[in-house]
Amino acid sequence: MSATPLDYLTSAGARAAHIAPLTWFTLIVSVLVCLVIGILVWIGSRRFRASGGAEATTSVPVERGADGLPWIKWGLILSAIPLFVTLVWTMAALAQTAGPPANPALVLDVTSHQYWWEVTYNGALPSDRFSTANEIHIPVGVPVLVKLHGADVIHSFWVPKLAGKTDTIPGQNNVAWLQADAPGRYRGQCTEYCGLQHAKMAFEVVAEPRDAFERWRAAQLHTAPPPVTDVEKKGLAVVEYRCSLCHAVRGTRAASYYGPDLTHLMSRRLIASGALPNTPGSLAGWIQSPQQIKPGSGMPEQHLSGDDLSAVTAYLETLK
Amino acid sequence: MRPAAFRTPEVGDDNPELRARLHAIWATEPGIKGWLGTTDHKEIGLRYIVTAFILLLVGGIEALVLRLQLAGPDLRLLTPDQYNQLFSTHGMTMIFLYASPILSGFSNYIWPLIFGSRDMAFPRLNAFSYWVYLGAAIFMYAGFLIGAGPNDGWFNYVPLAERDFNPGLNEDFYSLGMIFLGISTTVGAANFIVTFFKTRCPGMSINRVPIFAWGTLTASVANLVVIPSVSLAFFLLWMDRQFGTQFFRSPHGGQPLLWQHLFWIFGHPWVYAIVLPAMGMVSDALPVFCRRPLVAHTLVALATVAVMILGFGVWVHHMFATGLPGLALSFFSTASIVITVPSAVTVFAWVATIWLGRPVITTAFLFFASMIVLFVIGGVSGFMTASVPVDWQLTDTYFVVAHLHYVLIGINVFPVVGATYFWFPKMTGRLMDERLGRWNFWTMFLGFNLGFLPMHLTGLLGMPRRVYTYPEGMGWDTLNLITSIGSFLFAIGVLLFVINCRKSYRTGAVAGHNPWDAPTLEWTTPSPPPPYNFAVIPTVASRHPLWEDQLDESEGRSSWLRGMTLDQGKEALATTALDADPERILEMPQDSYAPFLLAVGLAILFTGMLLIKWIVIGLGGLACFAALLLWLWPRRDLREREPAPELLEPAHG
Repeated sequence: MSATPLDYLTSAGARAAHIAPLTWFTLIVSVLVCLVIGILVWIGSRRFRASGGAEATTSVPVERGADGLPWIKWGLILSAIPLFVTLVWTMAALAQTAGPPANPALVLDVTSHQYWWEVTYNGALPSDRFSTANEIHIPVGVPVLVKLHGADVIHSFWVPKLAGKTDTIPGQNNVAWLQADAPGRYRGQCTEYCGLQHAKMAFEVVAEPRDAFERWRAAQLHTAPPPVTDVEKKGLAVVEYRCSLCHAVRGTRAASYYGPDLTHLMSRRLIASGALPNTPGSLAGWIQSPQQIKPGSGMPEQHLSGDDLSAVTAYLETLK
Repeated sequence: MRPAAFRTPEVGDDNPELRARLHAIWATEPGIKGWLGTTDHKEIGLRYIVTAFILLLVGGIEALVLRLQLAGPDLRLLTPDQYNQLFSTHGMTMIFLYASPILSGFSNYIWPLIFGSRDMAFPRLNAFSYWVYLGAAIFMYAGFLIGAGPNDGWFNYVPLAERDFNPGLNEDFYSLGMIFLGISTTVGAANFIVTFFKTRCPGMSINRVPIFAWGTLTASVANLVVIPSVSLAFFLLWMDRQFGTQFFRSPHGGQPLLWQHLFWIFGHPWVYAIVLPAMGMVSDALPVFCRRPLVAHTLVALATVAVMILGFGVWVHHMFATGLPGLALSFFSTASIVITVPSAVTVFAWVATIWLGRPVITTAFLFFASMIVLFVIGGVSGFMTASVPVDWQLTDTYFVVAHLHYVLIGINVFPVVGATYFWFPKMTGRLMDERLGRWNFWTMFLGFNLGFLPMHLTGLLGMPRRVYTYPEGMGWDTLNLITSIGSFLFAIGVLLFVINCRKSYRTGAVAGHNPWDAPTLEWTTPSPPPPYNFAVIPTVASRHPLWEDQLDESEGRSSWLRGMTLDQGKEALATTALDADPERILEMPQDSYAPFLLAVGLAILFTGMLLIKWIVIGLGGLACFAALLLWLWPRRDLREREPAPELLEPAHG
């Protein structure tokens, strides 16, 4: 990832690439306009070299002066040119970027929740369907259609390097499309204020070569491996007893989809919607006291005993 | 005394005897009655200005706390809930409780003076408008003070504002407060519109009206049209929250997007409503310091009206990312780009006025001239967001936060502070300190730009708005620190302004009638003006009554030393809408408790609605009814009842 993962002055995909030059053009025009007017005001104000207060003001007699209409005429003519160019370019860029591609290489569903992203992949068969969270894998170089659903309040789906924002609105089916030109991880972020943890509602788009993507997809369909050690077995028991109220681990009795599917938790680089790296330490910290890390998130404090916590963490680490 | 309607107005000269008589008729009674009952537009205007300014300081302190939290990554000064309430309250305060009321205050004070009139068209409505504003401000802040401030941003999107996701009183305070405040804005707007069209002094035909009046007029027309939309939206939200209606709740067939339409149909014209009067201040006051009339006065007036009309057709540019169809997007995108044109006319008129005049740099001039630059910065960043694909990237990032602060601070706060330097001598009789003024200006100007210019870049680097904190490693750390430093420097500048107001109020140089040698009618009156404003109703012959000898614009000459005296009672003059020909004498109401009592009744009513206590609602309704009865009870002196028989003849008058 770059030093500025969310900047949109550079693009990494076809859709954003149609927009970035227009952004630069309007930005440069804007800066130039500000400079020209700023210089005009600065020089114009200092031309007469009078300064002071009421006395200085009244000491300069009033004059009718020139009518000044040429200023407005030329000002408007000069302004009209960039305005017109922007208008035409805007319509052209809109036509290129607005509509979803006719033949997307992949269609997936993204549902926004307070405060995480549920990502669902559908296949030809019901058994090809699986869901993951906060990490969207796509094949590189092809258009991907993303159907957006709002589970609770309005959020906005944004991967600046790949595409502009589309709101996810409850009761409304919006679509976005993405295309990554190079393999890599692209950060995304919720950009419609959605409550206490709007700040920490990020995700990642992972663009991979087609075969790597297919391998990932096949791996995600696997159910969780059975626990091997006693600690892992104990961990699974706690997961089925406690975590299963909200989470699913396919292949176990944990089957609730209120929170993220944990079946392949360890395959994800980040946890807690991009707030923490997926390391054993931060995983344990997140499980035990999520309200310290993300106050207001849906995950309650766990108050697990030390043994239970390390058992749960040990088990979760087997979910590759 | 004969009833005004049957009388030909007497014409006379300004003289001390007349002034004494008028003073006795117009002066507000001392004591509590005068304090609660005054209908003097100058008193009401000052109350508006002071109240709005105090709220600006409060909102500013909130902003400083927010900036402390954002000064570095992952800071924990505020909890997310505190942050969300603070940023929402900051927005509510600045946009609704400062930006518009401050302009109402200046318009209230200045309008009758530039119109050569003795008061606003509806003085009691004017008092009512202020009391409701004060009541609504207290109501909305009451929530914040008990920890239930608004927490969904100033535009308050549903479903997050619905009870399902927001169970506290927060949104009830905000919804009802906004409806309450809307009453103030609505009656104020109606008052401004009638005042504009009916009370300009003889000779002030529509082409001679100062631009500031055009600004407030267009803002008022806009408010009258769009406030119902936002009041309705908040009422529906309150119904959803309290009675389980389903206007915005999607699981039951409601439409979250309906909220956004209802809000932004109001919200965008409102943005113009809080800048057009301020632009008008610059259009009128900047030329005084350039020692010449405004370039293209007529075009600037027309541009003001054009901006407002186009402003009704751009609201969807707040909703480009909501998945609306492409055709709608291109229409609103085009309208949003086209609206740049009339704004450009105004900017070039200002620049030409500076270049073709002989500018004298005073503190007021510095605020006005710098406003042109800030206006352009806020304007071009708005133009960028008008382009749909670009907006898909820009929207809801700090770029938009920078944009809206350039608009609100650049085009509202800077002109307002400049206007204070300009009109302070009229209001208080004393000039403001120019040396302190320079310090004031440069600290505000540098602080503001240091804080908010880099914020554009923060936005371009992708920082989303409305986040209570942000992680390291996103490239935003240094920029945010600079912004926080700039905001504190800006705050010092505002503090210097407060200090200057206080110091100058006590020890400033005495101003006289017209310290700036300015051209409009308010400068013919003493500073501060007497309760009746003008001893005789002026007659004007040009746009610049006090510059006629220098400019030689018209054949005749304006007159303010001889004219209608209207001293047979509390009287003002009504004139025709376009030509300002005298039409009839207006009987003006005496000071009255009724506006205050009606506002109190409304406050009780809204408190009842907040608590869903029907008995309180009933009491509030009764109080309102009683106050209205008191207000509307027909009075002889207002010719609402038949005059006493002995005054009727001769009846042919």
